[in-house]
Order: sequence, then structure tokens, then C-alpha cells
Amino acid sequence: MQLLANVLIDGLAYGMVLFIIAAGLSVTLGLMRFVNLSHGAFAMIGGYLAAMLTREAQWSFWLALPLAVVATGALGALLEALVLRHLYRRSELDQVLFTIGLTFFLIAATNALAGPQVQLIVLPPFLAQSVDLGFRTLPVQRLFVIGVGLLVAVVAAFAVTRTRFGVWLRAAVDHAETAATLGVPVRTVQCACFAIGAALAGLGGVLGAELMPLEPYYALKYLVLVLVVVAVGGMGSLLGSLVAGITLGIVETASKYLASEWGSLFFFLAMAVLLAWRPQGLLRRGAA
Amino acid sequence: MTTSDAPTAICRAPRCAPPWRLPAIVLLIGVAAWWLMPEQLGLLTRIAFMALLVLSLDLVVGVAGLATLGHTALFGIGAYAAGIFALRVHPDPTLGLLMGTAAGAVLAAASGAFLLRYSGFTFLMLTIAVAQITASLAQKARDWTGGDDGLSGFTMAPLFGRFAFDMEGRTAALYALGVLVVGLYVARRVVDSPFGLAVRGIHENRARMAALGTPVIARLLAMYTLAGALAGAAGAVSAQTSAIVGLDSLSFAVSAEALVMLILGGAGRLHGALIGAVVFTLLHHTASSINPYHWLFVVGAALMLVVLVPPRKAWDRLRARFAFLGGKASASARETA
Repeated sequence: MQLLANVLIDGLAYGMVLFIIAAGLSVTLGLMRFVNLSHGAFAMIGGYLAAMLTREAQWSFWLALPLAVVATGALGALLEALVLRHLYRRSELDQVLFTIGLTFFLIAATNALAGPQVQLIVLPPFLAQSVDLGFRTLPVQRLFVIGVGLLVAVVAAFAVTRTRFGVWLRAAVDHAETAATLGVPVRTVQCACFAIGAALAGLGGVLGAELMPLEPYYALKYLVLVLVVVAVGGMGSLLGSLVAGITLGIVETASKYLASEWGSLFFFLAMAVLLAWRPQGLLRRGAA
Repeated sequence: MTTSDAPTAICRAPRCAPPWRLPAIVLLIGVAAWWLMPEQLGLLTRIAFMALLVLSLDLVVGVAGLATLGHTALFGIGAYAAGIFALRVHPDPTLGLLMGTAAGAVLAAASGAFLLRYSGFTFLMLTIAVAQITASLAQKARDWTGGDDGLSGFTMAPLFGRFAFDMEGRTAALYALGVLVVGLYVARRVVDSPFGLAVRGIHENRARMAALGTPVIARLLAMYTLAGALAGAAGAVSAQTSAIVGLDSLSFAVSAEALVMLILGGAGRLHGALIGAVVFTLLHHTASSINPYHWLFVVGAALMLVVLVPPRKAWDRLRARFAFLGGKASASARETA
């Protein structure tokens, strides 16, 4: 029982981090049809910024977190407006190559600027303390991560289905030309969408720093995990990403607790089974 | 339309050069490099087996049109099969090469039977899964593969019982080159055969080929198995010439790098795979000897540049610019334009 609870809580926290990072990728990949493999690099940049601000500049975590997230989003917007938008109409292979190249470049830049060692984010005392749940004590940080993950899921679902921006987004995705004729600012929507995705990745990078240590190869190492979550959840489906993130997070955590010598075998086995069962993803909206 | 049109059509569609021409050119250049640069034999060996790996990837990505990021599984299992065979059964290199080739083909056939039922992004993600599962199993089976420490301690018997593998790697380089040339000849023949044309047809229009009565999955599986055999051979050569197999031969980076080499040289044309492998491996060698992280700067920048200025377009532009130098060059430029 104790073990089961441990696995569930740690797996849930891990799954939430995967979901927060994957959400942005799911939107760019599924809705904007842009294969952005530099998404992991955005998460890394967010994490590094928070680590630098809290450790070097001695900022409070509560100030550093929003600033790192906003800065990552701004960087995403800048990249989208300058370079990436020219790649929307190119082949998937071109997009893959360019964004992988960008990732390599950012890895090298990170290493040159901050060195190859693992970066730690200084947590405020409130998050660093433990809370007694009755059956075990747990760092508040885990609960915070789960809470933020749920918040992101609710806000994102609300934004896409209920707000003017969500309507614009879906219109721009379904038929950009018609949407533009009807007065939807398509370019702004695309840019904002990309920036929000990057910002969410940055948020995931900061929150997940305890589970996924920040180092220069972070961008490549966890990219595969995030891609798996998007593929299993179904591209463009936020709820799918949430379900896939939590499922795979629990599978990975359980295999770490119970069979750590098998590495990530069960994670990828679960992915293969889920994808073989539903090739379009768990909750794919409509047919491809 | 008479029946005599059929062979010319088969010959004209992909290319008209005799199948031995490209392998012969590669052999000539390789032997010249071997003779002129005796201090760079290790690099030459590496280029040869990487070129064979990229060639096999070209059969999957360029010819059959299946984007994969799991090619490292086929390469790695070939390497491990050759290494384990040398350590436990027999140190003969040709037998080991056969074992590696067979291991690659078997894994490709087994995984392909599952993978090829899916297409596009799902296929891509499943190939990653197969590669990662293979890597996890190799890490787990410490008794056989050495796990994280890598598989080492095996020595190779002389090639054909006569040519010993020396310290400078003279035999190793020629051996790797020889395997590459044979693999290239096989690939050329297969791609230009009616079977190869059928696979190209599936690449261009799957539904139409199915309507014409081509068994789509069976053809793709045969091509995937052949590519697996070539990738396994590449892995076997890498294991035999370096006398060590690490878990990194099953890593995601191998797949990604091979794909980059392929795109760099141009997919679907076989010689593009060779050019990409040579350019990329030389770039890697030069940049990483300066600083391993500078290497990522260089590759990252090269990748972004390749997308913004596609090599094929750049070639055409160069050809058009220098068309006055020769009638042949301008003719081919006009053909591609």
C-alpha cells in the first residue's frame, strides 16, 4: 500500500511535469503542424534562467519563476517572428533538421556560458519543507508541481474552448486564409501560440528541475520523452497529453521503484503498446 | 507500346549508369586515400562504416520514404552480434560479419512486421521505441553485452586467414572499404531492379501502388530487412575494427547523426549518402578535435544552414553559374531545372 501510494504521488508529479512541457509541443505540432524539436531547449532555457536568478542573483524563487517563464516565452516569440515562421510551409524533414540544429546550437551555447555541471534551483523554504500526509512525508514541491499542472490543464482547456483567442486559434488552424479574410489576426495568433508553448516549456523546466536535472544535454535527453507523451496523447489534444503524461509518468516511476535495472524499458514498452492500440493517439480530435 | 520498351523504362527511371560504376569510383577514391594518408586510417575506417550505415538508412528513408529514428537498433545489434560471436564462438572476421548482417536483418524483419503497419509520425515514434527497448535490453543483459562497461576483450583472427589486423589499421581500413563497396553494389542493384522501382512507387503513392496489385507491406518489409542487413554489417565492421562495442552504438544520437548525414548529402540517390557521410564525419573529426562542444556549434549551424540554403538548390545554382566550363555540366543543370 505504502509503495503504491509512493508510486502514484511521485508518478503524478512526474507526469504533470511531462504534461506541462508537452502541452506547448502538442499545440505547435498538432494545431500549427510545425515539428518543433527545439522545444526541449526552451524547457532547458527556462530552468537555467531560474537557476541563475535564484543562485547567482539571489532572487526569490517566486520572482524568478515568472520572470524565467516570461523570458522563455519572449525568446520563443522572437524566434518565431524572425525565423521559424518561414518554415511553416516547408517539409517536415526541413523543420526537423532546422530545429534539431537549433537545439544543438543551444546546447553548445549553454555549455559555453554555464559549464557542463548540473544546475540547481534554490527553492524557497515553503517549498523545500516537508508535509505529513499521514502515510508518508512529502516535499511540498511535489504537491506544488501537481497543483500547477492541474491549473495549466484547466486554464488551457478554458482558453481553447471558451475565449476569443481560442476561437481565433481554431479558426486559424482550420483554414488560415478564410480566417484572415474574416479579420482574424492570424500572424499574431500563431506567434502568441508559439510563445505560450515556449513559456509553458520554460515553466515545466523550472518545476521539473528536481526530477529532470538541468544540464546542457537536457534539451536532447528529455525531448524524446516529451515527444512520446505528445504522440501517445494525440497531437493537438491537450487532454490527451495530460492523460498520456500521467500514465507514462506513473509507468516510469513504478519501473524506477520496482525494476530500476531495466532502465526505461517499460516506459517505451508502454508507449509501443499504447500507440499500437491507438495509432492516432489516445484522444485525437477527428481523423488526421 | 511494345514489350521491348519495358527494360529501357526500368533503366531510365532511376539512372542509366551501370551498377558497378559508383562502387568502382568509391573503391578507387578509397584506395587512393588509404595509400596517400597512412596516418588517417582510423578516420577512413570510420567513414567507411558510417557510409554503409547511411546507405542503409537511405534505402529506408530515401527510397521507401519511411522516416525512421530507430536505425541505431539495427546498427547496434549487428555490432553486438559480431562482438559476442568473436568473443564466444569464433574470431574469424567474415563469419562475424555474416552474423552481424544476419542479426540486423532478423531484427529488421521482426520489428518491421510490427512497425510497417503504421505510417508517418506514429511510425517515427515507434521506431524510437524499438531502439530504446533494444538499448534497455542490452543494458540489462550484462552477462552477454557487458552492460554500461561495454563489450571488449575480443580479438579478430586474420582476414581470410592471411591478412592480420595490424596496429596501424591498414587491414581494418581496407576491410571496411571492401564491405562498403560490396554493400553499395548490392544496394545499387536492388534499387534499380523492378523490386526497387515498386518500393519507389510506394514512396510516391501508396494507394495507387496498392491498387495496381503491389503487396505494399511485403515490399516495404523486404526493403526494411535488406536495410537492416546492411546496417547490421556496418555495426559488425565497427565492432571488429575498433574491438569494442559500447552502449553508445545503440544510442539515439547514432540515428539522428545518420539522418543528418543523409539529408546533408541528399536522400534517395545512394551517392548522396556517401557524400553526406564523408562531409559530416570529416566535419565531426575536425571540430571535435578542437573542442567537443564546438563540434555541436558547428553541426547545429550546419543543419540550420542546410535548411535555409538547400544543398540541391545551391548545387544547381553553382552548376548554372559555371555552365560555360563544360557542355555536360550545363546539360545536367538544365535537366534538373
